Amino acid sequence: MPEHVWIWTAQATLPSRRGAHMPCMQEILETLESLGWEGRDLFAVEMALEESLTNAIRHGNRLDESKRVHVECRASRDRFWLRVKDEGNGFRPQLVPDCTADENLECPGGRGLALIKAYMTNVEYNECGNCVTLEKIRSTPTN
Amino acid sequence: MATHRRIKVNQSGQVTVVTFNDSKIIDEQEIQEFGQELYDLVEREDRKKIILNFGNVEFLSSAALGKLIGFDKRVKQHGAELMLSNIRPEIYEVFAITKLTKLFEIKDDEADALAAI
Repeated sequence: MPEHVWIWTAQATLPSRRGAHMPCMQEILETLESLGWEGRDLFAVEMALEESLTNAIRHGNRLDESKRVHVECRASRDRFWLRVKDEGNGFRPQLVPDCTADENLECPGGRGLALIKAYMTNVEYNECGNCVTLEKIRSTPTN
Repeated sequence: MATHRRIKVNQSGQVTVVTFNDSKIIDEQEIQEFGQELYDLVEREDRKKIILNFGNVEFLSSAALGKLIGFDKRVKQHGAELMLSNIRPEIYEVFAITKLTKLFEIKDDEADALAAI
């Protein structure tokens, strides 16, 4: 299978501060828009970006400003790829309670992971859980 | 009357109708503020019937969902009623994925919610 040809790639390092991901997220979304992404596909990417980046800043690095979040992104007209790595101790996604279970509906957390999983085509964590790799294949046909 | 930065509050008879000033509910500081303004409706102003009209809302994060869940708990603790309305399909899907459609009573539009609450 031939390797996918990416039109745009970028790397960024973010401080572990609330809201530090916003300019990076905005740039990625604007790039995707320029590549023709729209509607539910763009919404899905926005959700995955918001949840994965804030997870890394807030839960991974625990807002410790001596730690960084490393972001790598690739985009084309029909595919989006993102890797987010923090400098925290990691976590085991399989141990996060299922927020959709009746007994957990009122729990405050766990929804970010569920949303990422629902909106992305592929989601993979590294072994220690401090790096997530996401991929979205666009559902809207490209012209 | 309390001043609000993140929400607009209108009274329709016995029912308080809340709309959101921000189309994207992402920023953590703003989420804290919008949560506090909602909490005040039941805790300080003792409002008993509340509709949250999501017509302006184009995007919201899981942190905002967490705040809405906290608000729902406070509403129940104070013996008040809460309904959500005017949720656009993309946002409704967020509620559906997280199964919050089971927790919240959701109506298509404000008129439906006013008739039901």
